Amino acid sequence: MERNFRWKLISLITLIALSTWALWPSFQLYSMPPAERYATGDPALRELRGKALKLGLDLLGGMHMVLQLDDSKLRPEEVPDAMDRVMQILRNRVDQFGVAEPIVQQQGADRILVQLPGLLEKDRAADLIGRTAQLEFRLVKTPADSRQVIERLDRAILLASKGSAADSLTVDSLATRPLIDLLTNFPDFSIWGGAEVEASDVPAVERALRSVNLETVLPRDASVMLGHKDVALGGGIVGRVLFVLNRQSNLSGDGIKTARMQVGIDPTRPSEPGVSMDMNAKGTTAFRKVTGDNVGRQLAIVLDDRVVSAPVIRDRIPQGRATISGSFTDSEAKDLGIILRAGALPAPVNIVEERTVGPSLGRDSIDAGLRAGWIGAVAVLLFMLLYYRFSGLIAVIGLSLNLFFLFAGLAAFKSTLTLPGIAGIALTVGMAIDANVLIFERIREELRSGKRVRKAIDAGYSRAFTTILDSNLTTLISAVVLFWFGSGPIKGFAVTLGIGILANLFTATTITKLIYDLMYAKREPATLSI
Amino acid sequence: MLELIKPTKFPFMTYRKRAYMFSIAVLLVGLAFVFIRGGFRLGVDFAGGRLIEYRFDRDVSTESLRAVLQQLGVAGGEIQKVDDTGRDYLVRLPLAESEQAANEQGPSTQILESLQAQNPGLTGEIRREELVGPRVGKELRWQATVAVTLALLGILGYVAIRYEWRLAVGGVIALSHDVLVTLLMCAIFDVEITISIIAALMTIGGYSINDTVVVFDRVREVAKLHPGDSMETVMNRAINETLSRTILTGLATIMCLFSLYFFGGQVIHDFAWAMLIGVIFGIYSSVYVAAGVALEFHNQGHKKKALASAASMNSLRLIDSVWPRTMRAIVSHPTAPIARNRT
Repeated sequence: MERNFRWKLISLITLIALSTWALWPSFQLYSMPPAERYATGDPALRELRGKALKLGLDLLGGMHMVLQLDDSKLRPEEVPDAMDRVMQILRNRVDQFGVAEPIVQQQGADRILVQLPGLLEKDRAADLIGRTAQLEFRLVKTPADSRQVIERLDRAILLASKGSAADSLTVDSLATRPLIDLLTNFPDFSIWGGAEVEASDVPAVERALRSVNLETVLPRDASVMLGHKDVALGGGIVGRVLFVLNRQSNLSGDGIKTARMQVGIDPTRPSEPGVSMDMNAKGTTAFRKVTGDNVGRQLAIVLDDRVVSAPVIRDRIPQGRATISGSFTDSEAKDLGIILRAGALPAPVNIVEERTVGPSLGRDSIDAGLRAGWIGAVAVLLFMLLYYRFSGLIAVIGLSLNLFFLFAGLAAFKSTLTLPGIAGIALTVGMAIDANVLIFERIREELRSGKRVRKAIDAGYSRAFTTILDSNLTTLISAVVLFWFGSGPIKGFAVTLGIGILANLFTATTITKLIYDLMYAKREPATLSI
Repeated sequence: MLELIKPTKFPFMTYRKRAYMFSIAVLLVGLAFVFIRGGFRLGVDFAGGRLIEYRFDRDVSTESLRAVLQQLGVAGGEIQKVDDTGRDYLVRLPLAESEQAANEQGPSTQILESLQAQNPGLTGEIRREELVGPRVGKELRWQATVAVTLALLGILGYVAIRYEWRLAVGGVIALSHDVLVTLLMCAIFDVEITISIIAALMTIGGYSINDTVVVFDRVREVAKLHPGDSMETVMNRAINETLSRTILTGLATIMCLFSLYFFGGQVIHDFAWAMLIGVIFGIYSSVYVAAGVALEFHNQGHKKKALASAASMNSLRLIDSVWPRTMRAIVSHPTAPIARNRT
């Protein structure tokens, strides 16, 4: 008995020391003001962040994305290589984006998890990461050819709309010229070299284009594409241009060596940012040929099936240098430089899951979680103290140690604390209280049956033990199952619950008993405050 | 010594038939609601779709948001006020086919910008945005189903090993009862099934089995101490002896949950709501459903056993030796007098 007691004490002290050690970096980090906490660049701080308990994106704010590789155009044996390449390119892009500790991780065979903590510009990030960045140069058809193609397309759309008249969303079935009626300058394609669409009609045109299979409807050598964003079209109209292009690309993005943002590409607009590209040997040769053979025509720069700009070829360009100026903002031009430099993805990726939490919601969640935690804890504490008096105090000590071990466990296992995780902690507190209530009610029963204090305590603990073990183990089973089969948020819940239950088994059955033993080792009181 | 609950001798099991009626009534009402509403309301996690939460610096009416959605040509959007201030809104949109491409600008910014164009000086932020593709939604639905089923089976297995099959079945039926009642309550109160509701259901499962195990442990113990008593007497005694614990723990847990419900913030709100329902029904079911069902099974077994013993004593002995010792103790005295008044 005496020996056993000493071992328990030693293991308790060791555990407290280990927990303190595990939690120390977290304590250091979170006692810093929030602005300094996530500063990038300082290697010591980065190391500290690596060791400390991490907050999930739902608490910290940030962006969580799951991307799926569109492997429909790849052969099965090409997929692993494509994935490696995608991961590498995405890492490059994300690294240049400048957030602290981004995560790019492969999930399964064809999915990629990207997490950007503390990020604010959601659309910009999605654009930067998700873009295939397939760059192409394609000749624009002559106005006469373009007119023919658009008339042919118009008839096909009309036919398609009659075929599916029930689907009124596709096109207005009463219109006899469903596409041409949406164009402002048909049939005179002027300065832009393409048909113009007012901004408000862009969705209608996109729907119309989607209503037919463009590959079969159009002539073999033609394709149609909209401009990448709304621009001033002249005459006070804002909108986009619908270009008719060659279907074959004249030069592709792998001819690009490097790319960067450059201001003042267009001498008439000196402050406007653009992107300048230098080509490699292969690109230079191809570019020289295309520009030499087609002086006077428009060469469209196409990025992911959108026309970014379509300059007129004034002369043969021998040195392999091209620029894009397509009414970009500074950050758009900068990001375009990044993704052209990092290279095109071998296949498109689609966002299959995205969760973004703004910093204000994250902060509110932390505040609310802490407030609810404190209020709940104080209520339970008062309840235990009122109901069980001195023994209640012992239970509260046990409960505090339980939470201490729980957080230390989270830090030691490098888990991330999320909102569902906080819910798991709440449940752990419930289980811990239950264990104490079971023991105390049992001790009361033993006292009622006339046992002396020390005997009653021993009997109470040993009798309640199997019940506590059974009830905690059954909950542990569900925690383990949740951990295995659950995804992100559920996993966070399972981890805190699992660690909490293990901590609870130890504190409720061993530590509180140890406190009683320490107190009543020398002399036994006549009554027990319980 | 402060005692809320003095030692009691309430004959719980006598009223078990009424409890069954109550449970069945609750389940039927819930199922009726599911039927009327045409199924559960699945959140974006499971149905797929896009959920955007906005906060504005002033009251923006639901109508003006709806007008913006219409203007942008977004069909099938749902708008919901988060609270009474009118500054927080949830907008739920179906995923258009083309929106899945990663480089498309999402509608969340477009909606905000259009609204700002119509209300000069309005500032607003996107507090949260969740997008779940239809395939991921389906996967998450499947994952949740597998997780719940496996957890139930795991618990069934554990309780069967630790006790015996009748108690295990009673426990799992009680647990399914609580999970089902909470799920049906979501249908009745039109609460969206999200991942946090699933987490709550799993927690309720754990809590429910925890409660049941406490009662069953005592059943086992009482049966050992009083081998002469009938199963019904044993169960009544066990339930009464653990009643103070059931109520105290229940109160403490409910206090924690109320704190989460009122102060935990909107994200945790639904979780706490579901937990409250589950915990309250869990207390009831560990007494009436778990113990009740185990008792019914026991009584059935007793009838069969009486027949079997008339036919062959040997086969009975064989069955007996397979059962765990404690249950044999209970089963071998099925005809003992009911409720001897002990002190």
